Amino acid sequence: MIDVHRQAFKEEAYELLSELESSLLELEEGPDDSDLIGRVFRAMHTIKGSGSMFGFDDIAHFTHEVETIFDMVRNGKLQVTKTLVNLTLSARDQIKSMLDNSDGGGGADLAESGRIIAGLRALASLEAPVAAQAQTEAKHRAAGTDARVTYRVRFQPNPEIFSCGSNPLNLLAELRDLGPCNVVAQTAALPALEDMDPELCYILWDVVLTTDQGLNAIRDVFIFVEDDCVLSIDKIAEYDEASGPENHQKLGEIMRDRGDISAEEMAAVLAKQQRFGELAVANGLVTEDKVESALVEQRHVQAVRQEKQNADAGNSIRVPAERLDVLVNLVGELVTVQARLSQTAAGRADAELVAIAEEVERLTGELRDSALNIRMLPIGSTFSKFKRLVRDLSGELGKEIEMTTDGAETELDKTVIERLNDPLVHLIRNSIDHGVELPEVRIAAGKPRFGTVHLSAVHSGDSVLITIKDDGAGLDKEAIRAKAVERGLISASAELPEKELFAQIFAPGFSTAKKVSSVSGRGVGMDVVKRAIDQLRGTIELASVHGEGTRIMVRIPLTLAIIESLLVRIGGDFYMLPLSMVDECVELTREDVARAHGRNLANVRDHLVPYIPLRERFLIPGAVPDIEQIVITQVNGVRVGFVVDQVIGEHQTVIKSLGRAYKNAEGISGATILGDGSVALILDVPQLVQSVEAEAA
Amino acid sequence: MAKIIMTADDSASVRQMVSFTLKQGGYEVVEAVDGKDALQKLAGRKVDMLITDLNMPNLDGIGLIKGARALPSCKFIPIIMLTTESTDTKKQEGKSAGATGWIVKPFKPEQLMAVVKKVLG
Repeated sequence: MIDVHRQAFKEEAYELLSELESSLLELEEGPDDSDLIGRVFRAMHTIKGSGSMFGFDDIAHFTHEVETIFDMVRNGKLQVTKTLVNLTLSARDQIKSMLDNSDGGGGADLAESGRIIAGLRALASLEAPVAAQAQTEAKHRAAGTDARVTYRVRFQPNPEIFSCGSNPLNLLAELRDLGPCNVVAQTAALPALEDMDPELCYILWDVVLTTDQGLNAIRDVFIFVEDDCVLSIDKIAEYDEASGPENHQKLGEIMRDRGDISAEEMAAVLAKQQRFGELAVANGLVTEDKVESALVEQRHVQAVRQEKQNADAGNSIRVPAERLDVLVNLVGELVTVQARLSQTAAGRADAELVAIAEEVERLTGELRDSALNIRMLPIGSTFSKFKRLVRDLSGELGKEIEMTTDGAETELDKTVIERLNDPLVHLIRNSIDHGVELPEVRIAAGKPRFGTVHLSAVHSGDSVLITIKDDGAGLDKEAIRAKAVERGLISASAELPEKELFAQIFAPGFSTAKKVSSVSGRGVGMDVVKRAIDQLRGTIELASVHGEGTRIMVRIPLTLAIIESLLVRIGGDFYMLPLSMVDECVELTREDVARAHGRNLANVRDHLVPYIPLRERFLIPGAVPDIEQIVITQVNGVRVGFVVDQVIGEHQTVIKSLGRAYKNAEGISGATILGDGSVALILDVPQLVQSVEAEAA
Repeated sequence: MAKIIMTADDSASVRQMVSFTLKQGGYEVVEAVDGKDALQKLAGRKVDMLITDLNMPNLDGIGLIKGARALPSCKFIPIIMLTTESTDTKKQEGKSAGATGWIVKPFKPEQLMAVVKKVLG
């Protein structure tokens, strides 16, 4: 249970921290917004407050310092400045690293905490006992707030406690929530029935509690009754790996520690060498209650030790990514086998088999969806990272840029999100460096001083569309053309449509930046971005209006393991084209081929579409059917057709890699197994187009 | 049966927030606009808990607590006061009047629920 609370706090804290980050960034734009200041203050306050409740004392301590500063801001004693925001942002990072490190692992950098607090204090021109601060923090860490500690709590409420509406039983129940707990009621003070006032409380409780939430959590339980009771809380033992199971306290020692009996009395009783408890009672030193209570403590300590050895299990499980991969692979195999089963069943007139096959199909579908779902994560976590990136970079470049986001809740496969990070960082950097202009330039161009970079993610079909839009200078068509001609990518006379011209910037080594900055301009980048997106089987497209801004659209399939594809046949072989790239299918007759005079061009609604005859390309023997089919795909804004014998239809494809020997086979990105057990190759459409273009040139 | 909690506060927004939170938590809520109103309503019906502001017109929180404790039906119920400052003097005054505990304003719904659970069990 304790773990769950700590976990909940950590999750809440992470949320608060990201909220804090965005509030701070907004605050930088509107330093006088008292609502925002309030939000920052409250976020700090909550982290501090709940932090100490759950034993994150170092975090609470550190946050307290920052909160103090923001209290001054809230009361108008301190102005919000860029320095303040910067320092608070680093403080936020520091809290995050403290949280990250709270599950064991190395502690957060204390020197960094000291530095940030010193900075904040200097800003508020407060006295700066930094060294002392760092020391107390060090002490707090050393105390090991994570360790499970057993406490002995004696709670003796004043007899009148009922009159202020407190119910001692609730408090005991609360203690139980903190961890394994044993309670013994001491009824020695209970008077005879005729002398008893039912409105008074005569009982005191001895509690033995094992918790990892620290002393403060226990004190907090009694916060309302502090003044109405006699409360003593003592630490009995800390449980670390070092202490062995055999070293628990003897009954006599426990009672001595509790002050129920003095050391001399204990020694005297021990000298007689009988059971200590019985003897102590017989000798009138203690009451039976007290012995009972001490025994309970002894048993509790033993029980806790025992439990310690049984590993704790949490609510959510962390699983190595490879295991998930194995699961998804197995599900893939299952989907394949199920397809075979369905196909076999359909071929026989066996109603029972068909029923079973249908059942298996339904279950497999559900299993596939939930297996893939495990890997799905909202893309939002990456977005907030980018916000920070934009802020830091724009500061460095002297630009004023605001980042807005949309669709942070859009879910994508975990691996996809991870592999998407670098390309997106690159694209955003490009937008900031090349796209958005300096404030003066923007004003001169009649644009608002603040540039915006808008990042959005949205589901569209079986893929996610990520758009990065800036309102900067836009792409300079002529510069791109000149550079492309200079690099021999296109001929000087070529009349390219805009889309294709823009696609040139994905060529290796292409950069129109006049000078190299720390951010970009070395010409490595867009081709790397392109390659990374290709590897994710995604596409990237650019649209830009000179002077008004650029829009980059990245389309990424939801998952890497299973795709929708179009199944086609050439001769006796089957091939797949990713459906996301397919535009349409048209017929290609002998007459069409004759009319084109040997050039591979088809006339589709008065537009010429180049095509690649796959039969020729893959050297497949056999007669060409009278009517072939062209599957028209769209790659980077260019329509290219692929000629096949027959289009069979859509297919849920579980992608299998080709193994080492065929890994580098050109034009093929993988394979899949069809329902009847035969293999179909998955075509790597962009690569095929590229290699044909290369040969033609 | 749902437990009944009375909230006494002259600020409609606080009352609304408290009431909304408690109702979501499955409690029944009786609202009172000040101490006098609260005492009148308490005389008529039994409540399981009282949450009161300290600064109210007509009869303030301290007065309400004292008045409520004098009623047999309210003698042992938990009474929580809402204070704006975490200063000890007000708290002490409230405690000696018979309050069970306190919540420092501004507070979050979760904090309110935590305190309610704490004292009501």
